[in-house]
Amino acid sequence: MPLVYCGACSHGPGITGRADRAEPKVRDALHTALRRMGDDIRATRPDALVVVAAEHFANFFMNNMPAFAIGMADGYEGPIEDEAFLKIKRAKVPGNKALSKKLIEGVMQTVDVAYAEEWKFDHGISVPLHFLTPNYDLPIIPANINCQGPPLTPLKRAWAFGEALRAAADALPERIALVATGGISHWPATPDSGKINEAWDREFLARWAANDRDALLSYTDAEIYRDGGQGGFEIRTFIAAAAAAKGAKGKIEFCEPIPIFSVSCTVARMAVS
Amino acid sequence: MSLYQVQKLIYELNRDPRTQARYESERDAVLDEYELTAEERAALVKPDIGLLYVLGVNGQLLMHFAALHKIEWTDYLERMRQGVKTHGPVREGVYAMTGYAGVDAKGKR
Repeated sequence: MPLVYCGACSHGPGITGRADRAEPKVRDALHTALRRMGDDIRATRPDALVVVAAEHFANFFMNNMPAFAIGMADGYEGPIEDEAFLKIKRAKVPGNKALSKKLIEGVMQTVDVAYAEEWKFDHGISVPLHFLTPNYDLPIIPANINCQGPPLTPLKRAWAFGEALRAAADALPERIALVATGGISHWPATPDSGKINEAWDREFLARWAANDRDALLSYTDAEIYRDGGQGGFEIRTFIAAAAAAKGAKGKIEFCEPIPIFSVSCTVARMAVS
Repeated sequence: MSLYQVQKLIYELNRDPRTQARYESERDAVLDEYELTAEERAALVKPDIGLLYVLGVNGQLLMHFAALHKIEWTDYLERMRQGVKTHGPVREGVYAMTGYAGVDAKGKR
């Protein structure tokens, strides 16, 4: 049946790991917005949540880097990060292998996706889940777009991946929710960490909310790197979510630049249902 | 320069508790499995976060590697800044891709 939820949110490790160092008011507002996103997802009664993330070398390396991957297991584990660093306890997270397999078979009709029967979550998935499904009681289907190791997945292919996910989900009887996670402009884990190009972020989010395919795909990687930093490459996940929304418009439910979290912290939803 | 090998070692270390245990108990044996220059090997062992950054290690690998060594966040950022001051701009990898200077750190961290 049609996708029951489609949204996007930030996943920066500082959101949990450095929470005590942020200005409390804006931090609490962000955490509340993320928890509300979890409530909204649950309200759609999903059978599984597809998390389209930009992972950070937890599973995929330059020895065999897939442009796209989807997990196909009954369970996952994570985060890989030092627990004191991320302030999230390592846990088992439920998956749904049979449902993953059906979804992958659907996606494969148009996009050559890799599948993975093992998958370790890093902050790209674990930080959002900490707020969205804190009890780890909803099966997760992890998906990844290569935003880390150049050559990167082209933006137009990220769009195609989103379309393929949507077509595959729509063809299933199960109720599928989808959340993309990533940063907009940021210079994560570098000396420039904390620098944020808020104007660029707001322009990108305006294009996202309008679901303007041509505008979303008009960026070159050189422009993204110049204006949005290396972390800006993660707009691929947002672009996939926009494509999965199949023309629906979006609403930016929360967006505030929080330097200690290294990014314009965002919660956004497409009106798919 | 064998950035690929340095990053591969860090990747395996970050994600695999068994490799972490081996890195504690038989570090040289783990390091021997990778084709590292003397400079790279020394930077890993110290660990010299600033030099590893300048050698081109991706921050998403280096951040986790630093956390494994219990290097605090602000200290981690400072070590990279000092690394650039000491060793010059990033030599290879994603941050060297379009002339990234790597020293444009402004505002509150």
